[in-house]
Amino acid sequence: MIKLVALVPLFPLLGFIITGLFGKSLSKTAAAIVASGAILLSFVVSLLLFIELIGAGDNISHTIKLFDWIQAGKFSADLSLLIDPLSSVFLLIITGVGFLIHVYSTGYMHDDEGHNKFFSYLNLFVFFMLLLVLGSNYLVMFVGWEGVGLCSYLLIGFWFKNTSYNNAAKKAFIMNRIGDLGFLLGIFLIYVTFGSVSYSEVFAQAKFYTADEPVIIAITLLLFVGAMGKSAQLPLYTWLPDAMAGPTPVSALIHAATMVTAGIYMIARSNILYTLAPTSMHIVALIGVITAVFAATIGLLQNDIKKVLAYSTVSQLGYMFLALGMGAYTSAVFHVITHAFFKALLFLGAGSVIHAMGGEQDIRKMGGLKGHLPTTFATFLIGTIAIAGIPPFAGFFSKDEILAHAFAHNKIFWLLGVGGSVLTAFYMFRLLFLTFYGKFRGTHHQEEHLHESPKSITIPLVILAGLSIVGGFIGLPEAFHAKHLLKSFLSPVFAASDLRMLPAEISHATEYALMALAIVIVLVVVLLARNKYIVKGELPVADNVALSPASKLIANKYYVDEIYDSIIVKPLHWISGVFYRVMDIQVVDGFVNFIGKAVVWSSGNVRLAQTGKIGYYVFVMVLSVALLLLYISY
Amino acid sequence: MLTAILIALPFLAGLLIITSGGEQSKRIALGAALAELAVAIVMLAQFQINAESQFVFNYPWIPSLGINFHVATDGISMLMILLTTVLTPLIIYSSFGHNYSKPQNFYGLILLMQMALIGVFTAMDGFLFYIFWELALIPIYFICLLWGGENSAKITFKFFLYTMVGSLFMLVALIYLFQQTPGTHSFDINALYAAGQALDLNAQRAVFWGLFLAFAIKMPIFPLHTWQPDTYVVAPAQGTMLLSGIMLKMGIYGAIRWLLPMVPDAVAAYANIAMVLAIVGIIYASLIAWVQTDMKRLIAYSSIAHVGLIAAGVFSLNEQGISGAVYQMLSHGINVFALFFIADMIEQRTKTRLMGNLGGVRTVAPKFATFFMVIMMGSVALPLTNGFPGEFLLLNGVYQANSMYALFAGITIILGAVYMLNAYQKSMLGEVTATTEKFEEPKGHEKHILWICAALVIVMGVYPKPLFSIAEPAIQQLLTMVK
Repeated sequence: MIKLVALVPLFPLLGFIITGLFGKSLSKTAAAIVASGAILLSFVVSLLLFIELIGAGDNISHTIKLFDWIQAGKFSADLSLLIDPLSSVFLLIITGVGFLIHVYSTGYMHDDEGHNKFFSYLNLFVFFMLLLVLGSNYLVMFVGWEGVGLCSYLLIGFWFKNTSYNNAAKKAFIMNRIGDLGFLLGIFLIYVTFGSVSYSEVFAQAKFYTADEPVIIAITLLLFVGAMGKSAQLPLYTWLPDAMAGPTPVSALIHAATMVTAGIYMIARSNILYTLAPTSMHIVALIGVITAVFAATIGLLQNDIKKVLAYSTVSQLGYMFLALGMGAYTSAVFHVITHAFFKALLFLGAGSVIHAMGGEQDIRKMGGLKGHLPTTFATFLIGTIAIAGIPPFAGFFSKDEILAHAFAHNKIFWLLGVGGSVLTAFYMFRLLFLTFYGKFRGTHHQEEHLHESPKSITIPLVILAGLSIVGGFIGLPEAFHAKHLLKSFLSPVFAASDLRMLPAEISHATEYALMALAIVIVLVVVLLARNKYIVKGELPVADNVALSPASKLIANKYYVDEIYDSIIVKPLHWISGVFYRVMDIQVVDGFVNFIGKAVVWSSGNVRLAQTGKIGYYVFVMVLSVALLLLYISY
Repeated sequence: MLTAILIALPFLAGLLIITSGGEQSKRIALGAALAELAVAIVMLAQFQINAESQFVFNYPWIPSLGINFHVATDGISMLMILLTTVLTPLIIYSSFGHNYSKPQNFYGLILLMQMALIGVFTAMDGFLFYIFWELALIPIYFICLLWGGENSAKITFKFFLYTMVGSLFMLVALIYLFQQTPGTHSFDINALYAAGQALDLNAQRAVFWGLFLAFAIKMPIFPLHTWQPDTYVVAPAQGTMLLSGIMLKMGIYGAIRWLLPMVPDAVAAYANIAMVLAIVGIIYASLIAWVQTDMKRLIAYSSIAHVGLIAAGVFSLNEQGISGAVYQMLSHGINVFALFFIADMIEQRTKTRLMGNLGGVRTVAPKFATFFMVIMMGSVALPLTNGFPGEFLLLNGVYQANSMYALFAGITIILGAVYMLNAYQKSMLGEVTATTEKFEEPKGHEKHILWICAALVIVMGVYPKPLFSIAEPAIQQLLTMVK
């Protein structure tokens, strides 16, 4: 059975090849069936693997070698796959949520002229994402890592006639490559240090290191640079909000549920290295928690339904890094899972809204959609409750677990974490209220066309809503005297780290108190939002109205894009122009020409040089060779 | 023997075409180039994976001077032969959309050029190497001069003179080494190695500069590169492909075969300087590529950047760096050929090379845009494309030599994406413009070439191992002399 793991990425690859090469001759239905079917098959195999792992006892890590890939001297990297509890969990998310989003796309993209191309890209993405989590060494992870970056680029710029979409796609690729350079240097340092890039070798040797040796700190920080890019953490996050230019299923699958969690996977996979580098852990946690709060504040004043969700994603990813940085690896993976459910749900719900609104994304022009889109509304509500952290929905358990660790680990982290979740609850309910409650604020024409989406769209919403309700039960807190299923399943992966450093814990009584406190605060915030947007019926101001300086700063996303543009992009572009026009043409080439002219002038052959009679030069060359030969032989 | 056939075949075919080719020249030339490829494949089938020189052909030429016509093929040469024999027919085939005047001369010269290139990659005698080295320059000079664009006389003259000056330094170095050989002297490569390695450090330093200049100009390495963009732009498409796809590899190959083992102490002493120059060139040329408006010139600068990384890998003096360099020579050859072919197709269809005038091609000709995308991914070294194994090993090699160098050299993965995606967006994406509204999809020979290139990009990226293993023993043996 385990041998079948290669099938998991193989199906989407075949799906990509079929829909990619023969897309022109396939009907839309055929392409959709091939692409969705491929993912469904992968999901089934993933599920079988998962079941097998559950019953496997201690024998839960298997490596399957496909072929030798890159080999030079002592360096070698196979293309081989690793199946263990951690990769198994990610397989289920990727293929499970991925399948639902494929189904959703059959409805959402039905009338798009690039329908078949869209599915081929989506399949390619799933292939690379599966490779990323299945690789048994850092190089295969890197293959998947860059591959998903390519797909992200292709899908953000899917509607390639639009220049700003193209710019967003390009920005995502380039910013990710900044992170990838860190990742690549990390791989080199791993190779130089351990003589191998395969996980089993590296982790086995790592156990002999003591805590905080500089080389381990350097490796973990370099890898983290890669994670910052892919998982959109400060300072490399600005591509993700722009990535919303892509079709909404893409935002749900790539830019919420799967690809952006690759950084979390990377650190969880390398947990033993991070545990050995408390300094790096501290930096990871710090960046995570700052990003969580920072992005949440931006979410407060966004008016584009997808942008709110995008900043929310950045913020939630911050929580996951906070968990990783505290050694709470399981909690991070737990939040990846629940977040995949409710954030995919929210994005797909937003897509359903956008679909009904004829492409409108500005929540100021929506309102009152509750009655027109009952299923979308009900499921969006569930998603909102889940992300806000209201029990017993999924987000509550995973977020609470992270906050409990934070309380034990560092009170400031905890305070920031709670602050972030307050902001989250506010902007999410703001979004919900402005979109679905009150009066419709769109055009008359739009109002006439408001309709609930077709089944292909609503069924995935309902399933994800169900998962967003019950998904948290796989990780019930110990305080409830229940079994943390996820923790016991993942424990072999994190065993070595747990031996060295268990994440800090708190007493059950404290945990109950903190839970109660969090719930109360969130409920108060929800009421505040309700009062503001439903009772008083306030609306976010129009774009041309002057804001207070603080609001203006936040509404403009702290001007981070503008700052990057003016301190990095523009100066670099300017200097490139100077390099070309002055340095290259005038200085370097000018010097060459000067030498040339001086030589020609001094040899008195000005006329010949200008007419460029090559025969003469060949003659001179041959003659000089002959003379030299004569010189040597005598 | 096969090595000699590989040299003789294009030579005879070239002469035949020049003397009696006529209008059928391009077809005859293609046939000859394919026959040459067939010989190379036979050779590959018989090639033994070990460090020995194989298919040796060694006859006295000028016995009084110890000069032999000595050619042979080891693993590194084998790969260079494959590069030359695969690219030459592709280059000839790529010209099928052009109708060059005096085709017999044009195609004859291409084959003569191929003869000289094979000679350079297989010569095991210093003097013979020099002769082939110079012989390669003459056909390409005439191709650029006679079929080149505006101002070709002045630009190609500069190119000719510039590279020739470099070659003369090399000749002096080789003759000096020759004089150090024992007895009646010899130009045999092993005799020259022994002579060079026995020199004291100061003498080695002098020889180093003689050889290095020739190779560095040919590649070219910053700041010796300024002949290159103008020449690439002015040359006819096939000339540019020959120059960038194969000829510049003479410089890299020369450094690996004729410089590193020849004066190892000086190489060790100067490796740092060479790496720094190469890495400065990577960043410098990448930035300049970013601000180009002419597509051909952009590819020209991008080539300087790529070659910079290859050179840095060579001078990292470890197995990863040199394996990466050898592999990247093949990948870069294919990718840069394909990119110039794409630029040529665009120019033929739209009569412009300025990317600002293009846009929207993906709407009108989606297949063309997809091929361009695949080639571009090879060029920016996406994993599972042919650009990646080489680039990864090159940076890995550089990292082992100096981790800070790798950081700066690694910026190429960012800047490469910047200028390539920029160019792609400007030319392929966005709204259709007046220049591109009638842009045709690839047809006939264009389709064949693009399919072959795209397939090579993927296959060489997914399964590079067979090619790596061909060169590995030869590289290992070479490195025993360097250290």
